[in-house]
Amino acid sequence: MSKTKYSAFKVLKEALTGHKGWEPAWRDAEPKADGYDVIIVGGGGHGLATAYYLAKNHGITNIAVLEKGWIGGGNVGRNTTIIRSNYLLPGNEPFYEMSMQLWENLEQDLNYNAMVSQRGIMNLIHSDAQRDAFMRRGNAMLFADAGCEYLNKKEVKERYPFLDMDNARFPIQGALAQPRGGTVRHDAVAWGYARGASDLGVDIIQNCEVTGFNIENGKCLGVQTTKGDIKAGRVGVCVAGSSSRVMAKAGINLPIESHVLQAFVTEGLKPVMDNVITFGAGHFYCSQSDKGGLVFGGDIDAYNTYAQRGNLPVVEDVCSGGMAIMPMVGRVRLLRMWGGIMDMSMDGSPFIDKTDVQELFFNGGWCYGGFKATPASGYCYAHLLATDEPHEVATAFRLDRFRRGEMIDEKGVGAQPNLH
Amino acid sequence: MSQINRIDGGLIDQTKSVSFTFNGQILRGYEGDTLASALLANNKHLVGRSFKYHRPRGIVTAGSEEPNAIMEIGHGAYKEPNTRATITQLYNGLEANSQNHRGPLGFDFMAITDFFSPFLSAGFYYKTFMWPKAFWEKFYEPAIRHSAGLGKLSMLEDPDTYDKGFRYCDILIIGAGASGLSAALTAAESGARVILADEDFIMGGRLNSETNEINGMSGSEWAKQAVAKLSAMDNVTLMADTTIFGAYDHGIYGAIENRADEARADSNKPRQVNWRIYTKRTILCAGATERAIAFGNNDRPGIMMASAVRTYLNRFAVATGQSVSVYTNNDDGWQTAKDLTDKGVKVVAVIDSRSIDPVMAIEGAEIFMGTDVTDTKGRRAIKSITLSNGKTINTDTLAVSGGWNPNLHLTCHHRGIPKWNEELATFLPDSSVPVGMSVAGRAKGTMVLADAIVEGHNEGSSVAADLGFKTGDSKPATTASVAYNVSAKWGVPSGKNRAWVDYQNDVTAKDIKLANQEGFKSVEHVKRYTTLGMATDQGKTANVLAIGIMADNMDKSIEDTGTTIFRPPYNPVAMGAFAGRRRGMEFYPTRYTPSHKWSAEQNAIFVEVGMWYRSQWFPQPGETFWRDSVDREVRQTRESVGICDVTTLGKIDIKGADVSEFLNRLYVNAFAKVPVGKTRYGLMLREDGIAMDDGTTARLGENHFVMTTTTANAVSVYRHMQFCHQCLWPDLDVHMISVTEQYAQYAVAGPNSRKLLQKIVDAEHDISNEAFPYMGAGEISICGGIPARLFRISFSGELAYEIAVPTRYGDSLIRVLMEAGEEFNAIPYGTEALGAMRIEKGHAAGPELNGQTSAYDLGMGGMVSGKKDFIGYTLGLREGMQRDDRMQMVGFKPVNKGALLDAGHSMAGAHLVNLRDKPDTFTDQGWISSSIYSPIFGHYIGLGYIKGGHSRKGETVRAVDLVRGQDIEVEICSPHFYDPEGECLRV
Amino acid sequence: MIINHPLLGPRDSEEFVYLGSADLINRPTNWESEEAAEDFYQYLYIRENIAGDNRELWYHEQGDQSWLVVTRCTLTHEIKSVELAQDVSRAQGRSK
Repeated sequence: MSKTKYSAFKVLKEALTGHKGWEPAWRDAEPKADGYDVIIVGGGGHGLATAYYLAKNHGITNIAVLEKGWIGGGNVGRNTTIIRSNYLLPGNEPFYEMSMQLWENLEQDLNYNAMVSQRGIMNLIHSDAQRDAFMRRGNAMLFADAGCEYLNKKEVKERYPFLDMDNARFPIQGALAQPRGGTVRHDAVAWGYARGASDLGVDIIQNCEVTGFNIENGKCLGVQTTKGDIKAGRVGVCVAGSSSRVMAKAGINLPIESHVLQAFVTEGLKPVMDNVITFGAGHFYCSQSDKGGLVFGGDIDAYNTYAQRGNLPVVEDVCSGGMAIMPMVGRVRLLRMWGGIMDMSMDGSPFIDKTDVQELFFNGGWCYGGFKATPASGYCYAHLLATDEPHEVATAFRLDRFRRGEMIDEKGVGAQPNLH
Repeated sequence: MSQINRIDGGLIDQTKSVSFTFNGQILRGYEGDTLASALLANNKHLVGRSFKYHRPRGIVTAGSEEPNAIMEIGHGAYKEPNTRATITQLYNGLEANSQNHRGPLGFDFMAITDFFSPFLSAGFYYKTFMWPKAFWEKFYEPAIRHSAGLGKLSMLEDPDTYDKGFRYCDILIIGAGASGLSAALTAAESGARVILADEDFIMGGRLNSETNEINGMSGSEWAKQAVAKLSAMDNVTLMADTTIFGAYDHGIYGAIENRADEARADSNKPRQVNWRIYTKRTILCAGATERAIAFGNNDRPGIMMASAVRTYLNRFAVATGQSVSVYTNNDDGWQTAKDLTDKGVKVVAVIDSRSIDPVMAIEGAEIFMGTDVTDTKGRRAIKSITLSNGKTINTDTLAVSGGWNPNLHLTCHHRGIPKWNEELATFLPDSSVPVGMSVAGRAKGTMVLADAIVEGHNEGSSVAADLGFKTGDSKPATTASVAYNVSAKWGVPSGKNRAWVDYQNDVTAKDIKLANQEGFKSVEHVKRYTTLGMATDQGKTANVLAIGIMADNMDKSIEDTGTTIFRPPYNPVAMGAFAGRRRGMEFYPTRYTPSHKWSAEQNAIFVEVGMWYRSQWFPQPGETFWRDSVDREVRQTRESVGICDVTTLGKIDIKGADVSEFLNRLYVNAFAKVPVGKTRYGLMLREDGIAMDDGTTARLGENHFVMTTTTANAVSVYRHMQFCHQCLWPDLDVHMISVTEQYAQYAVAGPNSRKLLQKIVDAEHDISNEAFPYMGAGEISICGGIPARLFRISFSGELAYEIAVPTRYGDSLIRVLMEAGEEFNAIPYGTEALGAMRIEKGHAAGPELNGQTSAYDLGMGGMVSGKKDFIGYTLGLREGMQRDDRMQMVGFKPVNKGALLDAGHSMAGAHLVNLRDKPDTFTDQGWISSSIYSPIFGHYIGLGYIKGGHSRKGETVRAVDLVRGQDIEVEICSPHFYDPEGECLRV
Repeated sequence: MIINHPLLGPRDSEEFVYLGSADLINRPTNWESEEAAEDFYQYLYIRENIAGDNRELWYHEQGDQSWLVVTRCTLTHEIKSVELAQDVSRAQGRSK
């Protein structure tokens, strides 16, 4: 089972011998006739991470990951690559901080360079009230050992002379930064987890769409797929924007709506900015990729949709936000725009939980924050699937929390998913 | 050396010379040139360096698909990186500089990377740079970032302006080539409103590049006449130099019109206009793009697309070389050889990969059928080619044609998937095009010009007929029918030589092979692993070729290999164009309060509150620090009288027989029995039981109420009320309108507020304490008949009123109030003093009404009625909403009254922990939401939330602010610091 | 997108504010019953989130302040019908 270890030496050796020794990064598998201990539905970042940690942490290796299309084709390959653990509420912050710590050790753990780059993330502050709110957040972060730093106006200007500090409609008064935040090469996360899981014996089955669940007497016995029925001891669904469609096949309606979040990248430029900059008041956030493109985004398109594309009003709104704080980007050309379907939950926070159907588990509701959660989501979902108990940093992510009145509402906008 | 490659003719004006510079060298071209054609006229083939290996690169195409010739144009703040020379119209004084090299273009220091290319294969970076761990951010990544990227940004504010515009039509025709013009002629003839857009600055498409005759004249002349005819018609709008970049829902198209010429002449004119075009139907006539063939060292300067060689020859009168060879897999490649020899340019060889008879005789050229090019030589320009038969041919231009790909990009913008066509060896649009779009001409795969014209002609008239227009009986233009046969050719076995597929991103056929070998088998995986098609040309020349190579690698058909789809924008679009005028101070609309002018006269400091500007404080002479002013404003208001503009609060006028019932359902507390002439405080919840907004609502008549909301929620509360009425209770007799802008409103607060108001309220209105008690409300008149509304309500905790007049009197009223108040030393106060006084009084505001708190948390549980249904009632009863250990709002004061006095900041944002706990997420007890220095008490006070706070009053905890390094003991207390019994209110 | 307002004709969706499912019209009326907690929970939080024709509420904020029920396909964005929400509400038996 052991595979080639990636290293500079191996790259050197292959370069000199015509690259003939590279094997597939992961095994392309077909479903086993006698089924699996665990089936993960969804070959995105979260699903692949779940399979990896199930195998690595819990020794469960008779696992299949079923992917409707190609692994990593969903939101893990459609986001703006930002990682951060700058959350406010105790239900969230320890979870995201654990995720950050997993990111920090990801490459050595997976032997795959996903280019985790802790270049820092900075949230701009424009008013006294916003400063107070950010101080509350900053202290929540420091209470969780996530690290953070307050920059006053002068410090922001020194670090980022290109920001429009004074002529702006909302002048910049300061910033709350998380130096450990940053970016990760998103596709590589999916490939790295796939390779890691595959090495541990996990079957990764692509082009295998789940069309139904075999449920008897309230217990899930397996799934129906485009490659036939597959038996499973336990099924974990992990399909982000498709959550409602898939869970409906098990008769379960969710507190989730699907919306499109657009993301944008410009033509490549020589280095302009190191950090991730977030301009909350103007619905704009931006970083520069290693290839040189400015990668940015803003608000979701407000309406429900499963079409992976957005409309012009948001495009224009986001670019205005960019011009408002970085007026030097006027001549930079937007190269590509795309959309990912977000599983927007009713309080903006996710679910990692059992369902009312025995042996059927659910992971979703990540809103537009799923990418940064990938390692911890997989870690905690694996913990729940293996032990029947929620991981200690994910105890709040329950499906019944709305019935109980225990919302985890970071933004405080209530049961309207498109506002989170 | 002046324009040594220039020949006679072309669609340029050879009497009008244009001067420009390239890398500092002064060169000349002609009016009508592009930068690329002028460079080629001057024999400048080497124009740039590739992204990864810094290989010398030349101009490859003559259109927007150009992967290599991208440059920095202009200088200073006008510098525009990554600009395609092939679509940049030449103008006098144009400055062009090649990019992405260190040292001169000819001797790029970074070209050393090419030597290491075996180590830099696809995805090599995923396999290394992992040790030691800390080196990624410190060493590897900065090195990669420094060598990556293309052009340099000026880092200066873009000095140009951009506009937005909206246009409407019945039929939008995209592309003004032969089929587009034909479609426009018949569509326009029907009387339909037609917009015809083309990305080129001259309409005509390939007709301007070819030698075809149409209706007995040259194709370009026919196009010119067609354009002239269309431009004379009132129902036609022609948009040249305009790229339709995206197809959006319901017939909305995004377009960028280039007006750089005008902007250069007059800096007030926009550089580009971002048009939103609304159309009923669309005909896509975007033509086709020629693709390359992947053979060894196919990236040297001088290796160009065969069609581009023709464009430079026929349209721009430039012979790209003196001994040209042609390599093709289709009939169209031969046309390049023919046009060259017709114009007297030497063609040394025609190499056709197909084993068929030569398509035509080419004078003086060696013909090789069933032969491929396998290698080329020449460092900075091509010198020779090697063929699969071993023969070497000296040549200075190699024209390559791998066949034509329809420009079907816009058909994919609604995630339509193109279908493979074996005969044409390319993808064609299928029925999954956006609703309302049809396709004609070469964009549809109709490669024969004569047929494309007929197709455009028919499509124009049938779409017009579909829309109910009467079509005419004109005949399509005629031209000779020239066959187009092609036989797919993707990669040529090239031994150790690299064969480029994506020039700009330096992706070779070997990279694709390696990706496939490593299990990256879907098109999406290969794109992402190798970065193929991700460069500024968006894979226009590379994508189909790559799929062909993948199919060969995996021994699959193209159908089974996959397809590629395209997303907006068709061509990259400047961010400034999307932003338009929304930048700087115009980023958001600005709302001024009625007292703004007067306040500015008083040198008020303003603060952004949403879209509003409000006065934050009013500095007096001698006050140097904001607190000097604010403390004075608080003290003087509490001692005498202060005036504050509160116009920004939302005001909603509500009338109808059922209004009191309606309010009963909106507010947690009862409103049915509010007497006429009285105001009541109300708390509104969301349906989930969380506090939404609060404010006062006055009953001005039996069926007439006026509600106030917070500034922040003025719009959303009104929307919520309309929802409740229209969706939930449509038959309640309720009519409402927002009057926030219609009334100017001032708070007049302080012990002398009544005396002040009595001076301006008309005598017939008695506002004595008896006649107009606390919470009174009424319609009055002031200053001799000016209608006004008066409310005796108080946010400050003092005897106070709010007085509202029609907005047009707002400026006068502040002046009248200040004048009348002179004898009481009345002062204006701003939002800081307002905030300080509300914290002293313990009123919840934005930081407390943060969308996470219930009526109970706010200490208003007692107000909640259990006798009626109201929004938020049922879900507010959930167990989690009623827990005793929820975060509850209380007051806080430092145990040491001197705490923070020298800190320069308040307690706001600090978290609370029990005295002996170590601060962490699990010991966290709550936080301070609002805090100010109270000039009345002489120390900091705060409002905030702490677990089970209502029953913890008197307890001491720590307010820990790790961000600013503070850790102080605070006592939990009632939030009502000032006048807790409310005696001041009733005097 | 373009919404064909029943009173005002075709309008750009930028003039509107989106709320969510038109099921939000069906606010339970049984606040005094034992099932109220469950019914309100289902009403406010649980969504069909359909991949297909979705009935949804849009508010013409930059226009006449009408709430509209728009039937729109969430896969293609095609709009099948647009109705005044108050007509829909009445048709579903709601009144005062």
